[in-house]
Amino acid sequence: MGITRRAAICGLLTAGATATGITSTSAAVMPTPPADAVGLLYDTTLCIGCKACVVACQDANDLPRDPVGIDARYDAPVDLNYRAKNVIKLYHDGDQRSFVKVQCMHCIDPACVAACMLGALKKREFGIVSYDVNYCVGCRYCEVACPYGVPKFQWAAATPRIVKCELCNHRLAKGQEPACTEVCPRHAVIFGKRADLLKEAKRRLAENPGRYVPKIFGETDGGGTQVLYISHLPFDKLGFPALGDDPAPTLARSVQQGVYKGFVAPLALYGVLGMIAYRNRNKAEAEDAPHKGGTL
Amino acid sequence: MSTHAAPVGGPLVTTGTRLFAGIFGLGVIAIAWRLLLGLGSATALNDGYPFGLWIAFDVVTGAALACGGYAVGLLVYILNQGKYHPVMRPAMVTSALGYTLAGVGVGLDVGRWWSLWRVPLFFWRWNFNSALLEVALCIMAYIAVLWLRLAPALLEPYTSGPDSPWRRRAITFSRIIDKLSVPMIALGLVLATMHQSSLGTLMLLAGSRLHILWRTPMLPLMFLVSSISMGYAVVVFESAFSSVAFKRKPEIDMLAGLAGAMAPTLWVVVLLRVGDLAWRGQVGALFAGDGRAVMATLEIVFFLIPIVMLASPAQRRDLGNLVRAAMAMIFAGTLFRFDTFLVAFMPGANWSYFPSVPETAVTVGLVAFEVLAYVVIVKTFPILSGQTLAERQAL
Repeated sequence: MGITRRAAICGLLTAGATATGITSTSAAVMPTPPADAVGLLYDTTLCIGCKACVVACQDANDLPRDPVGIDARYDAPVDLNYRAKNVIKLYHDGDQRSFVKVQCMHCIDPACVAACMLGALKKREFGIVSYDVNYCVGCRYCEVACPYGVPKFQWAAATPRIVKCELCNHRLAKGQEPACTEVCPRHAVIFGKRADLLKEAKRRLAENPGRYVPKIFGETDGGGTQVLYISHLPFDKLGFPALGDDPAPTLARSVQQGVYKGFVAPLALYGVLGMIAYRNRNKAEAEDAPHKGGTL
Repeated sequence: MSTHAAPVGGPLVTTGTRLFAGIFGLGVIAIAWRLLLGLGSATALNDGYPFGLWIAFDVVTGAALACGGYAVGLLVYILNQGKYHPVMRPAMVTSALGYTLAGVGVGLDVGRWWSLWRVPLFFWRWNFNSALLEVALCIMAYIAVLWLRLAPALLEPYTSGPDSPWRRRAITFSRIIDKLSVPMIALGLVLATMHQSSLGTLMLLAGSRLHILWRTPMLPLMFLVSSISMGYAVVVFESAFSSVAFKRKPEIDMLAGLAGAMAPTLWVVVLLRVGDLAWRGQVGALFAGDGRAVMATLEIVFFLIPIVMLASPAQRRDLGNLVRAAMAMIFAGTLFRFDTFLVAFMPGANWSYFPSVPETAVTVGLVAFEVLAYVVIVKTFPILSGQTLAERQAL
């Protein structure tokens, strides 16, 4: 009994270590964007809130209209939803105000991709986080995971899908740019390679230091995003989350990978538990006849 | 000892089973509603709260409440406490039913339920960073292991019946399952350890949108240990239920022992919870005075209540007290899971969620089905042990 119990306690401790994964939690490494990464650069000082991009996005992506207001006469989605992959919001900071364009940030290390069981959401060509409905079971874990609240679900449909900005990848395939950047009359949002956009953002900040807060949102936030923002108001006043530089999935992934690296811990646990159960049964059979044979 | 197990017998149609069948019937109507008209129509779920009652209760809490087989299995097979063997079969029946219904809960919750079969089969697409994938695969495998291990008991009326080629096949099958019992026991225990802890990993992916009181890498360990406590509590509750419903003598020695085994797991949960907050320097957040701080405090209090209720041997031998303590324990574990999945989640001030009537009807209906199926199974198959019909009639 003594030895067995000691072995049993060892087994349970293994289980405990298995469950916490604290033994091998490694610090996150800053992810590098894909070599072909493209993205958007949005400048709050240029946007006049005309919402031409909202309508162009609905057209380009065959999205139904999203009428609101009295008698549903006003076509203006109030937030991202299954009918709107791109919206313009208005934020106030004291007596100052700013428009903010909201769509998928196309994270370099996205939480939605970490969440997705069969990789329906995945970074594909140009680093675009794109959606393949064939591998989606509609679990909505991506909605829980996304720090920006971007993926949306077709709640009204009996055969629902996830809806999110895919940076008009169907237009890029035809050599066109995304609908939102194409129609923007003030070039408040522009399309390009992420490296070029980052350079452009830095140039604007350097040439007009008084005009912008000294930060490019998305350069490092949440491990970096392919959509970048520069602004005349602090980002925390514009609805942006304070994420730090670690990729959003860091905490969950370090636990998950810490426990299951190489599948060693579960196999070891299986071996230990199997051995103890085997020894206990043999001992019970030797000592106690009723245990013999068909025990559950 | 399991050879002493015998069907309870008696009529299957009673006032009780009729009542539970009726409640389940209402649930079936709500299930049809959800399948025909979609999640938006049947539930209060929304883009801010994409996980609701079905995930928090039917799946996450349901799987923990179905931990009786795991909790008693650890005692019997690993800690070599053979005296608890008689409660192994009923515990496994509640486990098999509970996990199966958690699986049904998942099937109703996912939007594209008809493509769910791809998850176990499309192995080349598996994303091992996803705790949800691991939970899904483990639970599917665990359901299979539980029913396979129960199969000899469920086949027993048949294998002891008149001879036929199928009867002989059933006997061979039962023998094979019995031969494989040790690898299957170990597999079951590993699968349960894996998914019960990974259920605690799930919400960590919400990162900054999970409240700081719950955002800790210790969450998986706290989920694992509290699931064992809940497993014992459910076995105590189930045994007390059986003794009242089927007029059997309560197995008070066994239940007192189980209550004794439950107490240390409760202590571990409380010490982990408080120790983790202290380690992370977040004890102050418990006294912030907001709703979430109150809920986290209530969690700790409800984990402490059964510890106090089961402190002395006399308390552990008082059946009424045992049942109340088990209920307090079940409530504590349930609260912990609701908090982690719903209260701690912060999608933004403009979102709110409260389960709809059909959503609640599905959850209540599935619980009613579980009770119904349990009653039918223990009356028909050799699950409960220790007393013959004559002994019961003499009671």
